[in-house]
Amino acid sequence: MAEQFHAQQLALASEQARNPLLAELNAAGQQAFAAASVPNRKTEAWKYTSLHNLLTGDFQRTASQSELTAELREAATLGNLKAPRLVFVNGQLNNELSDALALEQVTLFSQANAAQQALISQHLGTVLAQAADNKSGSAHLFNDLNNAAVNDGVLIHIGKNQRLEQPLQISWLTTAEAQPFSLNGRLLMILENGAEATLVEHYASDEQQQNSFTNALTELVIGDNARLQHYRLQLMQEDALHIGSTHVALARDSQYNAFHLGLGTRLTRNDIVINHNVGGSHCELNGVYIPQNQQLLDFHTCVEHKVPHCTSNEVFRGIMNDKARAVFNGRIHIHPQAQKTLAQLSNKNLLLTNTAEVYTKPELEIYADDVKCAHGATVAQLEEKAMFYMQSRGISKKEAEVMLSFGFINELLEALPHEDIASVLRPLLARRFGRDQSLSRHLLENDISGDNA
Amino acid sequence: MISIKNLHANVEDKNILKGLNLEIKPGEVHAIMGPNGAGKSTLGNVLAGRDNYEVTEGTVVLNGKNILEMEPEERAREGLFLAFQYPVEIPGVSNLEFLKASVDSVRAHQGKPALDSVQFLKLAREKCKAVNLDQSFLKRGVNEGFSGGEKKRNELMQMMLLEPSLCILDETDSGLDIDALQVVAEGVNAMRDANRSFIVVTHYQRLLDYIVPDYVHVLANGRIVKSGGKELALELEEKGYGWLESADNGAA
Repeated sequence: MAEQFHAQQLALASEQARNPLLAELNAAGQQAFAAASVPNRKTEAWKYTSLHNLLTGDFQRTASQSELTAELREAATLGNLKAPRLVFVNGQLNNELSDALALEQVTLFSQANAAQQALISQHLGTVLAQAADNKSGSAHLFNDLNNAAVNDGVLIHIGKNQRLEQPLQISWLTTAEAQPFSLNGRLLMILENGAEATLVEHYASDEQQQNSFTNALTELVIGDNARLQHYRLQLMQEDALHIGSTHVALARDSQYNAFHLGLGTRLTRNDIVINHNVGGSHCELNGVYIPQNQQLLDFHTCVEHKVPHCTSNEVFRGIMNDKARAVFNGRIHIHPQAQKTLAQLSNKNLLLTNTAEVYTKPELEIYADDVKCAHGATVAQLEEKAMFYMQSRGISKKEAEVMLSFGFINELLEALPHEDIASVLRPLLARRFGRDQSLSRHLLENDISGDNA
Repeated sequence: MISIKNLHANVEDKNILKGLNLEIKPGEVHAIMGPNGAGKSTLGNVLAGRDNYEVTEGTVVLNGKNILEMEPEERAREGLFLAFQYPVEIPGVSNLEFLKASVDSVRAHQGKPALDSVQFLKLAREKCKAVNLDQSFLKRGVNEGFSGGEKKRNELMQMMLLEPSLCILDETDSGLDIDALQVVAEGVNAMRDANRSFIVVTHYQRLLDYIVPDYVHVLANGRIVKSGGKELALELEEKGYGWLESADNGAA
């Protein structure tokens, strides 16, 4: 099973990789992927995350260009979010929905000019390589696979002291094809010193039963005093298979603020690695996962404090329904020289049923002696006191459950700096809990409180 | 209004209420006083239908209906309201959403027309003003970060919005300073009318200077051991509860 998957993916990768600019990376990737073994239950970083649904897939081909249905078109606009965007459908750029190539900051690897090519050669794969140096479990073979297969990708380059006014949206959409297919998405974003931008990285699909495997890899290079606000939204139909990695390199006094959302699918695995490479950098890493049915959703985060005077604050919340399983592994690694580090991690989980599961593990590795670190993880069910309070006000038990569940993650939504993005996500998440619309209706009346206040 | 007969109730297998009787007619205000551990708060929780409060004997009839078999939300819709001693904080659920959900369900059950968002907001703002809470409290999480007095005023606001027929105030005065107490008492007094009854559970006589009861009952050891008019509260203030408890034990 694993052998067939491995061989198929290797063959597909060598078939795909044709960009001379990336030849070296491809070769290294192919070599590494060929040598790597597929993780199993004994592999620590994959202990609770079975690849069964992936390995039993028969991925003989890569995707082809698909037609754009109304459903996909709607998914692509993210509730008419005002943002220049690139939209890929089954890995192919859709010209009609994509307008961001008009920006000087955005290009594809295949369309890069000489200066942009130089940037790609200089940076692509380097942030990822830092994870390998630190021996975090997040330097895994799917990253090698992405290196092996990458032929095209998105380059975003924000120049020195430039500021993008609007968020930039990059969407990878899938739609079912006749046969299962796999695709490798790649994004490299470079913020030069003093640059500021908002990136919305978006994975979605139509509502048909998906038969795709997406292996996405994003590298973010954040320069001195630069700031990135990153949204990574996974809103695919539940049969989509998704493995995604986000690797971040932070320079002096830079900031990475992120919100990662996973709705859950048959297999979703996310690795997020933050490298504090130079002093004064700060990262605010928040996330929400809400798997249901029989979904499996895994977040592995790793914050590498390599130098003194950096701060990180991480908050993840999960709500597991039905028979879903979630895995959260939050590692904070404080290197010997990283004195005066301030690092916090909180992971709270809510189990809505007796059959839902969560495996949470905060992992602190501290080698410096003058640091402040706090971490905590909780697993709970809906609070009896709060349930009774709501019921004693006439609210039905079911609606109270929906309101409390939503409230549990709404705190993080309320904190999002982009209200237009929060207002896209709010109804989506509210309906997730109130499958019967009458149960979520009171969650969506927020807007009125803003009028004539 | 409400008729409680021979009520026995357990909390975690411990017998707390031991044959409590109480009749309240429309428009009456009954104060229930008593020492700590007498079962005062248990009474409120039992009447409101909290899980883990098990009724082992007796009947409770509200407006002609036996409520003991009802879920808490059904009792609320039938016109019972419990103002909590310790209102719960619910971060992430806005006060406004919560209030709207509450009022919608109670009104729907009582056959009153639904309020649309605009009408409701207007009403909620009026009630905010009535209890001296800033309108910004509507947008905040339910009771989240509210001071003790703000929480009690939020309870009062809910009571005003729901217009219940029976209000149970569970030690609403505890932890309030005189100013906050007066605001709460004024709110309660403004709601008194010929069709609405109150059970005011309190440890201190002070509250009853502001909410003047028709009857005062002393709850001790799980049952009412003495009843009287408002002057009984003053007597209790002076003498404490000891003499009543021993009298009860002697009789039993």
